[in-house]
Amino acid sequence: MKVTLHIWRQKSPADQGRFVTYSLDQVSPDMSFLEMLDMLNEQLIQQGEEPVAFEHDCREGICGSCAMMINGLAHGPERGTTTCQLHMRSFPDGAEIYVEPWRARAFPILKDLVCDRSALDRIIQAGGYVSVGTGGAPDANCLPVPKTAQDKAMDAAQCIGCGACVAACPNASAMLFLAAKVSHLAHLPQGQPERHERVRKMLAQHDREGFGHCTNIGECEAACPKEISVEHIAQLNRDYIAASLLSLVR
Amino acid sequence: MILDAKVPSGPLAEKWTRFKREQRLISPANKAKYTVIVVGTGLAGASAAASLAELGYKVLVFCFHDTPRRAHSIAAQGGINAAKNYRNDGDSIFRLFYDTIKGGDFRSREANVYRLAEVSGNIIDQCVAQGVPFAREYGGLLETRSFGGAQLQRTFYCRGQTGQQLLLGAYQALCRQISYGTVKMFPRCEMLDLVVIDGRARGIITRHLVTGKIEAFAADAVVLATGGYSNVFYLSTNAIGCNVSATYRAYKRGAFFANPCFTQIHPTCIPVSGEHQSKLTLMSESLRNDGRVWVPKRREDVAKHPNDIPEADRDYFLERKYPSYGNLAPRDIASRAAKEVCDEGRGVGPSGRGVYLDLADAIRRQGIDRIREKYGNLFDMYERITGENAYTQPMRIYPAPHYTMGGLWVNYELMSNLPGLFVIGEANFSDHGANRLGASALMQGLADGYFILPYTLTHWLAGVKPGLPPLDHPEFRRCAGEAQQRLKRLLAIGGQKTAVEFHRQLGHILWDYVGMSRSRDGLLRAIDQIRTLRQQFWENVRVPGSDTDLNMALERANRVADFLEFAELMALDALRREESCGCHFRVEYQTPDGEAKRDDERFCHVAAWEYAGPDKEPIRHEEPLVFETVKLTERSYK
Ligand SMILES: Cc1cc2nc3c(=O)[nH]c(=O)nc-3n(C[C@H](O)[C@H](O)[C@H](O)COP(=O)(O)OP(=O)(O)OC[C@H]3O[C@@H](n4cnc5c(N)ncnc54)[C@H](O)[C@@H]3O)c2cc1C
Ligand code: SF4
Ligand code: FES
Repeated sequence: MKVTLHIWRQKSPADQGRFVTYSLDQVSPDMSFLEMLDMLNEQLIQQGEEPVAFEHDCREGICGSCAMMINGLAHGPERGTTTCQLHMRSFPDGAEIYVEPWRARAFPILKDLVCDRSALDRIIQAGGYVSVGTGGAPDANCLPVPKTAQDKAMDAAQCIGCGACVAACPNASAMLFLAAKVSHLAHLPQGQPERHERVRKMLAQHDREGFGHCTNIGECEAACPKEISVEHIAQLNRDYIAASLLSLVR
Repeated sequence: MILDAKVPSGPLAEKWTRFKREQRLISPANKAKYTVIVVGTGLAGASAAASLAELGYKVLVFCFHDTPRRAHSIAAQGGINAAKNYRNDGDSIFRLFYDTIKGGDFRSREANVYRLAEVSGNIIDQCVAQGVPFAREYGGLLETRSFGGAQLQRTFYCRGQTGQQLLLGAYQALCRQISYGTVKMFPRCEMLDLVVIDGRARGIITRHLVTGKIEAFAADAVVLATGGYSNVFYLSTNAIGCNVSATYRAYKRGAFFANPCFTQIHPTCIPVSGEHQSKLTLMSESLRNDGRVWVPKRREDVAKHPNDIPEADRDYFLERKYPSYGNLAPRDIASRAAKEVCDEGRGVGPSGRGVYLDLADAIRRQGIDRIREKYGNLFDMYERITGENAYTQPMRIYPAPHYTMGGLWVNYELMSNLPGLFVIGEANFSDHGANRLGASALMQGLADGYFILPYTLTHWLAGVKPGLPPLDHPEFRRCAGEAQQRLKRLLAIGGQKTAVEFHRQLGHILWDYVGMSRSRDGLLRAIDQIRTLRQQFWENVRVPGSDTDLNMALERANRVADFLEFAELMALDALRREESCGCHFRVEYQTPDGEAKRDDERFCHVAAWEYAGPDKEPIRHEEPLVFETVKLTERSYK
């Protein structure tokens, strides 16, 4: 098949950036979207041009590296799919495809499709963990956890930290990412002692990083490749209110 | 040279306790005077860095990813072993130890493997305390399942994303230390060289991947946790960024590389579909618990739709050849059996290189919902890649390079022959001998990082005075200069071919001659072809852009250059090991029924290679493997 690509090219953070059009022939429908970009890049290198910079690693939808807006949709048109798992058979022959980086104040663009998502790390550093050191943990079966709680925790824990929720959100809020971690730990007994502190600290960091506020639009859930539910945000809000009340009482 | 592994004396089961009892300690106040560099943030690196920082060391951590959470460990699917015996099915430390030694075809060090089994239970405790959401039974206790090469259910798992959850646990522990300021994290920093001063590892040279800045870092000890090198084959199940560079550069600075030819080809991967393919996808081995592997009995049937081939015309070859383990035969054996039936012309799929993995029986027995719960994400992944629905027809699978048992040589204390250089996780030559059992890599990575290195590194550091060499030491300047020059040289060639094309060609050579079966002639031919290809690379590669900004083509070319050298070492090691064992199958050495035939007289040892200079043949050292507890037998899964 044949495709026409309009790709965002930006040399450096300071550069203005613009779309550049490339046409690509002999694309196989069995190729993944990234393999199609590989093909383009091989051709660009041979022509003495700089290839398009984009992030990728596992190419099986789990590392969260790949990150592109494809025709205005985070990770492209398929639901519950990362860019690396998207295949060219999802596009018609002759398709026009626009490819851009995530756009959010908290994710500055470094080059072409690569942006800096380290703000997400700093949110976890603010409290997205259980404070246990190595060694001295009791036997794993000392602490039974109901299967339903476990399943809920696992649903939330699947977040791959890709940032699509931020890119899709008109407010560029990272609330789904944050809620996924809060909810993972809130469903487990291990997460209880620090539950309220955690929410407060992580939210404060979220705001400091320049992410926007959540106004319940729900675009994040639609874009999330792991289909993490906005219900986790509701859980987060409840925990936050409880945390605020508690700190008032104290 | 005979290598000394420094294994403590005494009975096997007491060695580790004895080490811990006799090890040297450092007082909490003094620990802060020591700086430790950890390269890599996979399971091994993240768990080590967090644990060392908790102890009080100053820890500098590096990874080439944009965040430590994206290390390749994130992709592990199936599970992690531990000898908990929660199932009451007869498991014990000894059994896990024995299964691992036997699975590795008696080419690993007894004492290390025993210690691994011994600490395996602590890993599960630790991870549960961190909030890792392992699968549970309705009563709230932990669930386990079986995995290849074992007759027990000792594998703990988190749906099909065990590696992700374990890594997030370790990553969060690391984040906690970063927030305390005890760990300084350097993401997007690639280690380009190891700096050795007076025979001791003293630091590293890195390149910042966004700014291109080359920098030197000094430490009292350097820990490499940089993963495996399966990507030398170009196509593998590993993430695209996995490479051999960190360990290979350490090798060129004097660290010995052990058993480089021990590479594992995993039986259950999605077959290659075309030249455009950039990587192969694993279908977790856990599918073999419920899936049955087969091909048509007759060649004429290979083109038929699998659902149209009646039961009587199917050859369930693993069940036929290995009745007691059946579909759970270890990976090396299952892979070779698949290759064999395909060589006979009974392979299925467009390329004829594929066998069926069929879950129809399990779906009938357990219901589609239960199967969806257990493997849903794998079935989805399969459908995305192949466009086929595995709930209604069998999957097609074929072996693919997956894991490397070889790596830098380390002693019992996980230190290489270079004092001050420690190597953990897949990067070391590991506890898996000539073949790793499923769900044991995650166990090893976390054992090394949480429960072994914190002790052995402390013991070693207690014997040296804290203090860093100055960064303007001539050795630091020389290494930084060399790293920079190499990048400039790559950029200056301006040839016709991309680094990826060279990599793909290298992959073909290795897959053909250093893959699932190897022969003397083939290996000699491979060495010849690798040399030619390497020469062409340095004359004709084309690397665009500059070295002063984000340049992924340059990063790739730099790694491919190392693969092109390392591949020769791999082939040479395979050539010199004149026996078959585990994954290393030399056609000249097989039993009458086609199984691997070991030569314990001549090859019951670890081969550790010493770099001798450019274009000189490296020197092969041996560490004899002494079996005090187990008896060497022919490995049988029949
Ligand atoms: C698809 C797949 C599924 C698997 N499933 C299982 C399973 O179910 N059970 C099991 O036990 N094992 C499994 N394995 C194997 C297991 O995942 C790996 O062996 C293990 O995770 C390796 O961990 P590690 O910490 O040693 O290295 P890695 O996780 O590979 O981490 C390497 C780290 O080193 C860094 N790094 C590398 N080179 C450099 C450099 N030059 N400079 C700076 N940083 C560098 C990287 O950034 C990364 O942080 C699987 C493997 C694959 C490919
Ligand atoms: S919540 Fe979903 S979209 Fe957001 S970072 Fe996690 S996986 Fe990506
Ligand atoms: S490359 Fe890892 S999720 Fe896409």
